[in-house]
Amino acid sequence: MRLFEFPGGVHPDDHKELTRSKPLEALSAPELLNVSMAQHLGAPAQPLVKPGERVLVGQKIGEPRGFISAAVHSPVSGKVKRLTQVPHPELGRCQAVLIENDGEDERGYQPPERPWSELEPKRLVELLAEAGVVGLGGATFPSHVKLSPPENKPIDTVILNGVECEPYLTSDHRLMLERPDDVVLGLKIVRSILGAKQALIAVESNKSDAAAKLSAKLIHGDSGIEIVVPRVRYPQGAEKQLIYACTKRRVPNGGLPMDVGCVVHNVGTAVAIRDALVDGRPLISRALTITGMGVDTPKNLLAAIGTPLSALVDACGGLKSGTVKVISGGPMMGIALGTLDQPMIKSTGGLLCLTASETFKPEQGPCIRCGRCIRACPMRLQPTLIAARTKLDDFDECLRIGARDCMECGCCAYSCPAGIPLVQYIKLAKSEIAQLQRRRKEEAR
Amino acid sequence: MSQPAQLFHAGPSPHIRQPESTRRIMLWVIVALLPAALYGVYLFGANAALVLVLCTGFAVVLEALWQRMIGRPMVVGDGSAALTGLLLALNLPPNAPWWMCLIGAAVAVIVAKGVFGGLGQNVFNPALVARVFLLISFPVQMTDYAPPAAPFGTGAAVDAASYATPLAAMKEQLLTSGVLGPLEHGFTRLSGITGNMGGSLGEMSFLLLLLGGAFLLVRRVITWQIPASFIGTVVALTGLMHVIDPARYADPLFHLVTGGLMLGAFFMATDYVTSPMTAKGQLIFGVLCGLLTVVIRLWGGYPEGVSFAILLGNAAVPLIDRYTMPKVFGSTRGKPAKEARA
Ligand code: SF4
Ligand code: SF4
Repeated sequence: MRLFEFPGGVHPDDHKELTRSKPLEALSAPELLNVSMAQHLGAPAQPLVKPGERVLVGQKIGEPRGFISAAVHSPVSGKVKRLTQVPHPELGRCQAVLIENDGEDERGYQPPERPWSELEPKRLVELLAEAGVVGLGGATFPSHVKLSPPENKPIDTVILNGVECEPYLTSDHRLMLERPDDVVLGLKIVRSILGAKQALIAVESNKSDAAAKLSAKLIHGDSGIEIVVPRVRYPQGAEKQLIYACTKRRVPNGGLPMDVGCVVHNVGTAVAIRDALVDGRPLISRALTITGMGVDTPKNLLAAIGTPLSALVDACGGLKSGTVKVISGGPMMGIALGTLDQPMIKSTGGLLCLTASETFKPEQGPCIRCGRCIRACPMRLQPTLIAARTKLDDFDECLRIGARDCMECGCCAYSCPAGIPLVQYIKLAKSEIAQLQRRRKEEAR
Repeated sequence: MSQPAQLFHAGPSPHIRQPESTRRIMLWVIVALLPAALYGVYLFGANAALVLVLCTGFAVVLEALWQRMIGRPMVVGDGSAALTGLLLALNLPPNAPWWMCLIGAAVAVIVAKGVFGGLGQNVFNPALVARVFLLISFPVQMTDYAPPAAPFGTGAAVDAASYATPLAAMKEQLLTSGVLGPLEHGFTRLSGITGNMGGSLGEMSFLLLLLGGAFLLVRRVITWQIPASFIGTVVALTGLMHVIDPARYADPLFHLVTGGLMLGAFFMATDYVTSPMTAKGQLIFGVLCGLLTVVIRLWGGYPEGVSFAILLGNAAVPLIDRYTMPKVFGSTRGKPAKEARA
């Protein structure tokens, strides 16, 4: 039997039982939405609307700037009140458009001129860029960029990532259960755009119901799509690890999946791609999980981009008193938020409300050389050594031992009984290395 | 927004951790050693209890004093000093005098650990450094093994000072007659397992040490690589020698149950700080320790080889670590690009 595995990784308690069996619940859009212009990796979009202007559902309100950027659309119909500044989990603050929802849901988008199967791949990619579709797995890389590989890098394999390996999160699981046809259709569209032979859907073995449902959809008609079921292991869903687990190909250091003929899309992205190319609906809402012991009734929601995070929590009965941390995303890679007073963006895949006992962290002490971080690192790095070198400001050595290959998955810090913030050290090393290299390049000129 | 702004904890990812901490790990090892320690008390009586208490107490107190003296943060609560003290006690004769406990503890926590920079920085296993130091400085007291008192022991009938360990008896016989005779005091396989023999406080019960080791393996405090390769190497090599010349070399079972092999392989060689960090490195380290143990036991000047073997092994750890570190995932060095793709 083929073993769908990768080396390293960890297996935390996943607490998916909190929301696993809760169907996606559509949350109606609130009265006021702050639609952030920084929704995705890359340059923030440029606002296209002025205060007082009326906008429609799906109307473009932010123009992408630069290659790695994506358009932003209004999730509701209503009036633009003003341009504002809102907190952003990664950037600190960013520009946003405050829209007053008039509740009329007047649509401002059309299905494409012809069915997707009759359109050129190039046109499909254009439509996706127009629709502002970005990867919904966490990194929010604009999908149209991923779907336009250079000609010298042919793609033969498309992998749909239904692994959802972050603990607690279950919205991808629900999507696969509730919209299996659209997941499969999204994959077919991607495969046809890329002209790839092989298509796989990877579903971790703790979601066998979803795997079964998807398999059932594949029995009739078009096959050539294979379901693979990797064992449960974090970070199974990381691109390089998933590609290795599914195909045994290794993405080279500093390389991209396309260097080994692969493209990975998240299942949520596949559904968004389908919605954009079949219905013409831009990316204006997404599925997400509101969970953790700190929230009254954990749920899977379908919510409009721009909804205040506090409204999401309110829809789940509010916070319990012992909540100490709120995280955008999963517990391994998510970002701790200072406040709920900010809007949901395209990268908000979950809102995790943790109580003190859930976020246990051992007291920080010296490294006891237990080797757990080394065994856990899926990139086969030596986190303890990189941290030690970082403390010594020896960034050349950090570079030599591979600090740049760290994907910040957190397995090392998760495993460390000495409570050493290994990922923080490595992030620091990475940024110092980047500066070092920039400086050297300049000097060379 | 409906709620007033509320502030939560910040802090970097990951936001969850596995439940072990340094202190808990030390505690697990102490727990795993307790059955063997208590069995030592059962066999050797109050004196053994005193040795256990003194070594552990001295180690903790001396480490605290040391940390205060050099102005380092007091981290004696991490449990590593207590564990070192306990291991030291288990490596001493059950009737060791109090001053040996004091000197041993001082050598362990100050010389072998403190001056290297404290927990995590020392190259050699502190308890073993102390033991070997005492063995060299006070050879008479260190080999003055009391006979086990109960329930299998011969008790007062035997002169305590002459109660040799089975390994020492073996060495003695080889030196005098060139062949193995029946071992002194009627040592049998069974006595090796029940502890009816001479030896240090903690090496008496093969079974209880095995139980403790199994507990650590199940709790994933240690990995199987070091104990398995260590013990496996000893069994394989002594087995080979026994097959070649049974008149001169005892059988592997004898080596397995005597002379602290279990204590060393499960509890001393597996010390994180002084053993390699990767699985491959740990295998190499275990084989090296096993090899050295056998060489010292069969051909060296000391009857006992485990302590020296582990210390010599410790010295090789930096080198082993250096050559066994994993290759970064996706590194294609030395591999044609095509292969990376296939
Ligand atoms: S070093 Fe980087 S890639 Fe390796 S476990 Fe730590 S965070 Fe993950
Ligand atoms: S997990 Fe922590 S204590 Fe263990 S080797 Fe890595 S850094 Fe050191």
